[in-house]
Amino acid sequence: MPGPTPDVDDDAPSDDSDDGVRIDMISGARMDGLTGMEKIRLILDGVRDGNIVILEEGLSPDEESKLIEVTMTEISPDDFTGIEIETYPKAKAGDQSFLDKLMGRKSTQKLTVIGPANQIETLHKDENLISTLVSRK
Amino acid sequence: MGLLTNLKDSISRVTDGLFAADEPKRIGIYGPPNAGKTTLANRIARDWTGDAVGPESHIPHETRRARRKENVEIERNGRKVTIDIVDTPGVTTKVDYKEFLDHDMDKDDAVRRSREATEGVAEAMHWLREDVDGVIYVLDSTTDPFTQVNTMLIGIIESQDLPALILANKTDLPGSDVQQIANAFPQHETIPLSALEGENMDEVYTKIAEYFG
Repeated sequence: MPGPTPDVDDDAPSDDSDDGVRIDMISGARMDGLTGMEKIRLILDGVRDGNIVILEEGLSPDEESKLIEVTMTEISPDDFTGIEIETYPKAKAGDQSFLDKLMGRKSTQKLTVIGPANQIETLHKDENLISTLVSRK
Repeated sequence: MGLLTNLKDSISRVTDGLFAADEPKRIGIYGPPNAGKTTLANRIARDWTGDAVGPESHIPHETRRARRKENVEIERNGRKVTIDIVDTPGVTTKVDYKEFLDHDMDKDDAVRRSREATEGVAEAMHWLREDVDGVIYVLDSTTDPFTQVNTMLIGIIESQDLPALILANKTDLPGSDVQQIANAFPQHETIPLSALEGENMDEVYTKIAEYFG
């Protein structure tokens, strides 16, 4: 069970080297125990450190909306210009199970890649492939 | 629990609708920067009230505050629909002041514009979650609609069960591809128009009355 202030740096070596780009792949199980704001903080703290964050199961539409809102409040000239985010298009409503429809459940499971806007560039995206170019700071 | 919650929400929506039938609906005009949202808002406002909503520009993020034009009465097929138009800043996930330097701005002006733009986008997202009853989603039909911002915003709108009308704008320009937008969002009806030239506004008004009346 994750603590109230999640930090993917707990056991990780320092990433202050200029030799590469760090990628944090966060499982759905890890995100499940977090509140919406904790998820957003986890993502933005990583991205602001120059890391690429990959979410196994993505965010809900409401969390995506808040991620955009919080990102905007943190943009500052010559420091942080925002995020690049890519997901596969959401599965069509027809793909939901009968029980999900009956219970009003909407699946949000979609692999999501998030990185600093000045370091990640999407080269190609379609329903089955996201191709991105990642550069160092 | 889910069933009960859904039932409660449905009853609440119906009763809200009954008691607020005469209240103007707040219709947010959303979309990415430079899609022509303010041009459309001005076109609608001028056609039905004689006033404009705000200044238009080819420079991204000209609209940096949500602007509301209240009590716009649209008559269609003998039926009158009253809406408040909310023209919102173009939604994005990144704003870099350096992009404004290409538009004959000095650094101070560019930084100020970018700061206002970020505040405006945050405000627009807040409006979308809390304060609009329906959405007109405007896309530039000369550009690729398969962007993350479009995918996320349409997903957010759908998750809120808001009625949404997708408009494929700038059909007067070469390279306009309305079908590409229709293919990107097949679950929604796509209406072509040129807000600048006023082309196909009759159909737009008919659909506004149908969707938001």
